Amino acid sequence: MLQIEELKVEIGGKEILQNVNMEIPKGETHILFGPNGSGKTSLMMTIMGFSGYNVTHGKITFKGEDITYMPIHERAQLGIGVSFQRPPTINGLKTKNIVEICGMNRSVDVNELAKQLDFSDFLDRDVNHNFSGGEIKRSELLQLMAQEPDLLLLDEPESGVDLESIVLIGDTINSLLHKGIKFPRRGLSHIAARTKSALVITHTGHILDYITADKGQVLYEGIVRCSRNAREILKWIREYGYEECVLCSN
Amino acid sequence: MFELDNKPGDVNLEDYETDAENHNYAEELSEIEAADAEQFLNVGVDIQEIRRSGTFIQKDSSVVHCKTCQDGIEMMGISQAMEQHGWLENYIWKNVSPDADKFTSRTKEKPHEGYFIRSLPGMKASHPVQSCLYIAKNKFSQHVHNVVIAEEGSELHIITGCATAPHLDSGLHVGVSEFYVKKGAKLMFTMIHDWGENVNVRPRTVTRVEEGGVIVSNYISLRPVGSLQMYPTTYLEGEGAVARFNSVLVAGKGSHLDVGSKIVLGAPGTRAEIISRGITSGGTIIARGNLIGKVAGIKAHLECKGLILNDGLMRAIPELSGYVPGVEMSHEAAVGKIDQREIEYLMARGLDEDEAVSTIVRGFLNVDIEGLPANLKEKLDKAISESQKDMM
Repeated sequence: MLQIEELKVEIGGKEILQNVNMEIPKGETHILFGPNGSGKTSLMMTIMGFSGYNVTHGKITFKGEDITYMPIHERAQLGIGVSFQRPPTINGLKTKNIVEICGMNRSVDVNELAKQLDFSDFLDRDVNHNFSGGEIKRSELLQLMAQEPDLLLLDEPESGVDLESIVLIGDTINSLLHKGIKFPRRGLSHIAARTKSALVITHTGHILDYITADKGQVLYEGIVRCSRNAREILKWIREYGYEECVLCSN
Repeated sequence: MFELDNKPGDVNLEDYETDAENHNYAEELSEIEAADAEQFLNVGVDIQEIRRSGTFIQKDSSVVHCKTCQDGIEMMGISQAMEQHGWLENYIWKNVSPDADKFTSRTKEKPHEGYFIRSLPGMKASHPVQSCLYIAKNKFSQHVHNVVIAEEGSELHIITGCATAPHLDSGLHVGVSEFYVKKGAKLMFTMIHDWGENVNVRPRTVTRVEEGGVIVSNYISLRPVGSLQMYPTTYLEGEGAVARFNSVLVAGKGSHLDVGSKIVLGAPGTRAEIISRGITSGGTIIARGNLIGKVAGIKAHLECKGLILNDGLMRAIPELSGYVPGVEMSHEAAVGKIDQREIEYLMARGLDEDEAVSTIVRGFLNVDIEGLPANLKEKLDKAISESQKDMM
């Protein structure tokens, strides 16, 4: 689904990502661990093609297509969806309108989707205007529900979320990732292979209690240092901290 | 008394003609010439007069149509009103002085009608009344004098559009407006301008609001205009009176908009809010806002936001003056270009860059205008979309 090869990225002339190699196969959910400032969000912004993140070396391939220099909207149309940690407020644009935009010309039942996220009361509010941390997460996921991307990039989906909401957020992410795999009319025996993938950024790892991860990776000082079972990594980070953790990979 | 804080600009009154031929009166709006009717539509006039409590149309110096459909609402030309109501002399030229500037003087010397609209005590109009002041004659200088009185406990919504005939080379519009909002009354005033590129516009408006009265004023100018300079002033004189002023302005190349609002909070418990949104794309916008707190216990807020697309000047001039302790006044002003983060955020949702910019601009201009009829809201949304073609 997503392949990153020898990726180097600069911001304002400073190298932020030094040599990133990563592969997320179809249907897999990967967790990206790393301390603050390690380059996790920069990697996500680079995958999405945001300005200011200059690729100086390497290649990003999505669904077999080289997207390294593709405009942002084409990446979105190709099937990459992002949940931002701190999205901007857009004055005058109602939340229900941006959800419709995310549908990309497909008919979307905004009210029904909002109901599932307990977000109906926010549809007539300006996008992200005075939203709390948890409300921002729900707004972002609501937009992704309308977009139905094949690859989800989730930046700290649990940060600023209260315990009650984190269950809802976990359920929604699972629903987004498993969507399309069940065919109830044919019965459970016809469960198809998972088709949706995700890269979930976290530095606390709390989200692992709510979603199922296939693999974990550690980004430290702009380099992917470790790639193995996500829960194992989390356990080591909790026990030894990032500095010790990355020593093991050297 | 009306005070002019701004230089009136370099309009030379002698460049214009002050006489115009009389136009025929139309009993029904459907009898109005098609080309004119189309211009009326653009500024919010409903030609079918559906969901309107009355209509007043003036072309050059002639009242060409006037009708009220609701008891308790008076609507007529100002000269007829003066004949009918001797007491009107207590209202005319009482808020605005004829000597305020050369435009008010000219209106006094050479008046060209204008409207008189009054809601009787306790009358709550079920639908807005509409008016249109229209210039058809080239180089004509139109001087109207309007008086609006919302009597005690009444509610009145006026939608007024101002426009010119297509292909008018030049013109000048001067509108002296004196509004009186009595105790417990509510006046909503929505003004939509669609002047020509070489038309100069000088409205002169002063409003007085009594105890518990409310004035809501919405001003929308999305189409090219030569120069526009206005600074409506509102005096909140009675306890608990409220004023809310919204303006939505677009200035393309060659347009000069100097638009402000001044609100004097002179009684306890009065509240005021000024919200201005301006986009310049090669033109000039000077957005002024002036809140003056004279007594304790007042609350006022001013918000002025401007976007510069391409070139142009956007100048925000917010002013707050508190004369005593216990006033609560604030302002927020921002001028800049569209935030790249907003554009890219929308692109991450699948819009290309142009679509993302258009969506942000539409949102920016989308000030929620209280009480706007749905069909007019749709027209405005369309006008905002169309105005983007000129901006991009």
